[in-house]
Amino acid sequence: MEYVIEMLNIRKEFPGIVANDDVSVRLIKGEIHALLGENGAGKSTLMSVLFGMYRPEKGIIKKNGIEINIKDPNEANRQGIGMVHQHFKLVENFTALQNIILGVEDTKNGVLLMDDARTKVVELSEKYGLMIKPDELIENMTVGMQQRVEILKMLYRENEILIFDEPTAVLTPQEIDELMSIMRKLVKEDKSIIFITHKLNEIKEVADRCTVLRKGKGIGTVDVETTTKEEMSEMMVGRKIDLKIDKALTKPGKIIFEVENLSVISKWSKKKVVNNVSLKVRQGEIVCIAGIDGNGQSDLVYALTGIGPHLGGKITLNGEDITDSSIRHRNKAGMAHIPEDRHKYGLILDYKLSKNLVLKKYFEEGFQKNKVINYSNVKEYSDKLIEKYDVRTGQGSNTLTRSMSGGNQQKAILAREIEENPEILIAVQPTRGLDVGAIEYIHKQLVKQRDAGRAILLISLELDEVMNLSDKILVIYEGEIVAALNPEETNIKELGLYMAGSKRSEVVS
Amino acid sequence: MNLIKNVTAKEGYHKIMGSVSAIIIGLIFGFLVLLLANSSNAFEGFITIVAGGFTGGGRGVGQVLYFATPLILTGLSVGVAFKTGMFNIGAPGQFVMGAVSAVYVGVHVTFLPAPFHWIIALLAAAIVGGIWGFIPGMLKAFFNVHEVIATIMMNYIGMYLCNFIVKKTVYNSLKNISLDVKSSAVIPKAGLDKIFVTLHGNYSDVSTVNGGILIAFGIAVFIYFIMEKTTLGYELKAVGFNKNASKYAGINEKRNIILAMTIAGALAGLGGGLLFLSGPSGRHLAVVDVLAMEGFNGISVALLGLSNPIGIIFSAIFISYLAQSGTYLQTLNYMPEVVDIIIAVIIYFSAFALVIRQVLPKLRKKFYERKSQLPTASEEKESNGGEK
Repeated sequence: MEYVIEMLNIRKEFPGIVANDDVSVRLIKGEIHALLGENGAGKSTLMSVLFGMYRPEKGIIKKNGIEINIKDPNEANRQGIGMVHQHFKLVENFTALQNIILGVEDTKNGVLLMDDARTKVVELSEKYGLMIKPDELIENMTVGMQQRVEILKMLYRENEILIFDEPTAVLTPQEIDELMSIMRKLVKEDKSIIFITHKLNEIKEVADRCTVLRKGKGIGTVDVETTTKEEMSEMMVGRKIDLKIDKALTKPGKIIFEVENLSVISKWSKKKVVNNVSLKVRQGEIVCIAGIDGNGQSDLVYALTGIGPHLGGKITLNGEDITDSSIRHRNKAGMAHIPEDRHKYGLILDYKLSKNLVLKKYFEEGFQKNKVINYSNVKEYSDKLIEKYDVRTGQGSNTLTRSMSGGNQQKAILAREIEENPEILIAVQPTRGLDVGAIEYIHKQLVKQRDAGRAILLISLELDEVMNLSDKILVIYEGEIVAALNPEETNIKELGLYMAGSKRSEVVS
Repeated sequence: MNLIKNVTAKEGYHKIMGSVSAIIIGLIFGFLVLLLANSSNAFEGFITIVAGGFTGGGRGVGQVLYFATPLILTGLSVGVAFKTGMFNIGAPGQFVMGAVSAVYVGVHVTFLPAPFHWIIALLAAAIVGGIWGFIPGMLKAFFNVHEVIATIMMNYIGMYLCNFIVKKTVYNSLKNISLDVKSSAVIPKAGLDKIFVTLHGNYSDVSTVNGGILIAFGIAVFIYFIMEKTTLGYELKAVGFNKNASKYAGINEKRNIILAMTIAGALAGLGGGLLFLSGPSGRHLAVVDVLAMEGFNGISVALLGLSNPIGIIFSAIFISYLAQSGTYLQTLNYMPEVVDIIIAVIIYFSAFALVIRQVLPKLRKKFYERKSQLPTASEEKESNGGEK
């Protein structure tokens, strides 16, 4: 077998952890090779090594059987290795063309020669069906378009080995389909692709082979055709995973949480980022707001929870008007909130775990007397929660929250919020950045809360999560609710059209 | 052996070692400066620095405590603000405004009976100092004006206002300083004059130190209690660590920012009161256009004491001790500023304490890994795992 790139026995250490331990990946010319692993499994580190951003402690890299030394990204480029990063590296106020030639400009006497470049870009764009307008500014482009500019950047530099770092995380389902077909065209032209992801569906659809990493170790390389999703997820997590959630039939009760005609004006642009949103959540149901990132979800949640401002409208919780109530009052009235950004809002990272678990309770009877906190009660309560919610830590209640893993931090927030016994639980992207095991746990907890008769408002970008968990789906697009759907009667395709704004219904909850 | 191993594993040990290494580096640097300036007396000079406050016998030690009193308070002021995520560079202004308020009450509010006079004067100092912290706190909370800018401005307003008030109301024009406060406004000696005294034959040289140092100790302990044990401390520190998460949890972060700055200001103001309510032999407010050093030294004290109230007691006494040795250094023809250089170097390196704190555990780990054979190495790793 002829390998275009071989990474053999790579070891990369960071202070305190081994990110890659004796990992080998072999890329065949003209294949799409998926790199699968949970968060923190070492996928991105491995690719950063290949792209010359890190030097490995051990191991060698071979290209076409000859050992090469990649000391920086420029060297990687010369070797024909290109990378589309998860966060694009584009100059926002430059055009597509300017971004593509940036760093490899042709000049004559200090004057830019753009014509040849333009011809080449247009040719490439047509050849691979990228449909890029060379003179459009990046800031006016959709995320999918920007990604295609990044792809063009690699093609323009005549890279043969293309690395895609979680390219689908930011795309709508339609854009994902387009990306897949672009990737297929690329390999048809003899390019080789390494595709980092933790989504099994995408691997099944497009990849030829798949290398699985777990906790920095290479678990193995499998043929995608002959391996099931369940087998791959077991390799990734190290145990069997229940991908489908069992959900009993819902029996929604009375309306607990109601929002009427709520709007939010952006501080910067004075535009309405949330426009006239109305919704209802009943006891025992999960209402999900689906949408692509940046369509007003954050501002909506800030307004609902009292963190941010709102313009007009009315918010009712359990019959009480809480539109202008303080955050503390909302909490006491029965609102719990799993925030989108657990580091910015959810936790005080420099407090130990026990103090974070009482973040909304420290002032209550039993935890304080005459304003003096009873820390032995706090610790007792915290120990109880840690056990009940299986939060894994180094030193139990005394663990510094900052030192905990993302999944366990999220479990701690979940524990704290559920133990508030809320009337309404607002969960914003509760599984963002978590691995399959933690996602499974959090989904089960949310469904358990629903079955216990709680009202849950879920804001999610993950379509699988939306389809699996919700009893009712609202789609948000540019700050407006554009559709109310029943998950039993819709599918991911239709959802995607609403999310992209190309379809809308007038039926709103 | 195990004891040493366990003690060195504690986080507190690394913190203290950070400060101690800074002090050692500072002293070595000071010795080099002495060598450069006048090598023949360098060794003697260094001994003077190290012997510091003890050189003057009982009175000398008393003076160390007297000058440590305001440093404890300004150190607490800066430390409390640090813990709540703010840099209170306004201690000089708060200090001097507290001082002038205390002196004004001490000189003019004479109808108060003796036991209350000094207490009221101290309260005035705390209140006015508090106002000097409250204003930047308000500006920060409601208009997002950075507290460093606001407090620097408040420093100059405080300094000139203080000069103005002294000249208009409590002026001793002969010496260009403030008048002596009434004896009822002097903080009681609390028996300390019996302890901190140097006898020269029949003549006893009594230190200026008074009950103020005990009040300072008490306040440091009180602040420790507030910050570590109460809901107020929980909220203040939460806001300091993460304003957004505090807001999310329903803590009124604006109120806490204002409160923290007000407490910081009151502490520094109280420091001013404690230093200047000290009778004829004590310090007097001088009419000069210089920001009060006690205020700025509060930053050094807080840094060296790692913003921990108990640590601040020790670091304040230490800085005062060094400052006193500067006085004695002059007998060897050295400038007392040598001590300022040493203090500056120590502060510089206590900023490096963070680095030292990161290096120490690693050195320790290497040391024990080399010593221990393989079976115990795994146990070592476990005990280390939690530290990070």
